[in-house]
Amino acid sequence: MKFAVILFPGSNCEVDCVHVIKEVLQEPVTTVWHKDTDLSEFDAVILPGGFSYGDYLRCGAIARFSPIMEAVIAHAKAGKPVLGICNGFQILTECGLLPGVLLRNRSLQFICEDRFIRVENNLTQFTHQYSKHQVLRIPIAHAEGNYYADPETIEKLESENRVVFRYCDEQGNLTEESNPNGAMNHIAGIINEAGNVLGMMPHPERLSEIILGGDDGLALFESMLKTWRDRI
Amino acid sequence: MKYKAAINITLRPSILDPQGSAALKSLKSLNYTFVDSVRIGKFMEVVVEANDIIIAEALVRELCQVLLTNPVMEDYTLTLTEV
Repeated sequence: MKFAVILFPGSNCEVDCVHVIKEVLQEPVTTVWHKDTDLSEFDAVILPGGFSYGDYLRCGAIARFSPIMEAVIAHAKAGKPVLGICNGFQILTECGLLPGVLLRNRSLQFICEDRFIRVENNLTQFTHQYSKHQVLRIPIAHAEGNYYADPETIEKLESENRVVFRYCDEQGNLTEESNPNGAMNHIAGIINEAGNVLGMMPHPERLSEIILGGDDGLALFESMLKTWRDRI
Repeated sequence: MKYKAAINITLRPSILDPQGSAALKSLKSLNYTFVDSVRIGKFMEVVVEANDIIIAEALVRELCQVLLTNPVMEDYTLTLTEV
């Protein structure tokens, strides 16, 4: 399975993504510069975390107009998987592949710590190697992770089972304290209607090896790989 | 002709503004008890070239729609002056 990890000026998690795909998943991966325009050779695209364009204007707002984004949108429209992590999620909302927006954290602080999320939907191509309501310990690192959408959009996401991950406590309870950033309905990750574009604020690529203290993130990449293998 | 657009961008009323809330709390703690609310937004000045002010406004609104604002979370108002 050929992965592309898009590098924008200001991305800073692309090396972690490349490492997990190459060394842990043992699949081919290429870092693609944002000025490139062709993704036709790739089976999956990852938009990594970071601070593309310094987060100027709004997070992800300028990156969405990078030349590569037309190819990312075409890749998504063709039904191929796109994973946006952290800043990648913000870019996906700015470019309209996912609804809503990531607002400033309720606390106004940049939060960098391990948190717990619950797998709400394990029937997606990104999560089928998890069990339903499995609790994952996973790092977050963001100042704008407070998911917001208008009430109609939230209702649609909920009724279509498109909230894939929710912040929770270690036992899987949705307590107020377990929601780090104030996200509506504890939303940590959502998927598009077609089920091939996932955006999430937590960083699965940062906790995919036991040597790093945990591998709760790995099954996400394994899910993608297994979906692809089953299809060919 | 050149026109300068003064663009005021505010968070939509339905959106919580933690920066504004923090500023409000700080003002209250300074005993400015008469302060009722604080909302923090952005201000931009954009100079455009256009044949007349009506075209200039249409152009600036396009810029706001495409890049400068995100309608999911922001509203904006603008005023134009010839420069």
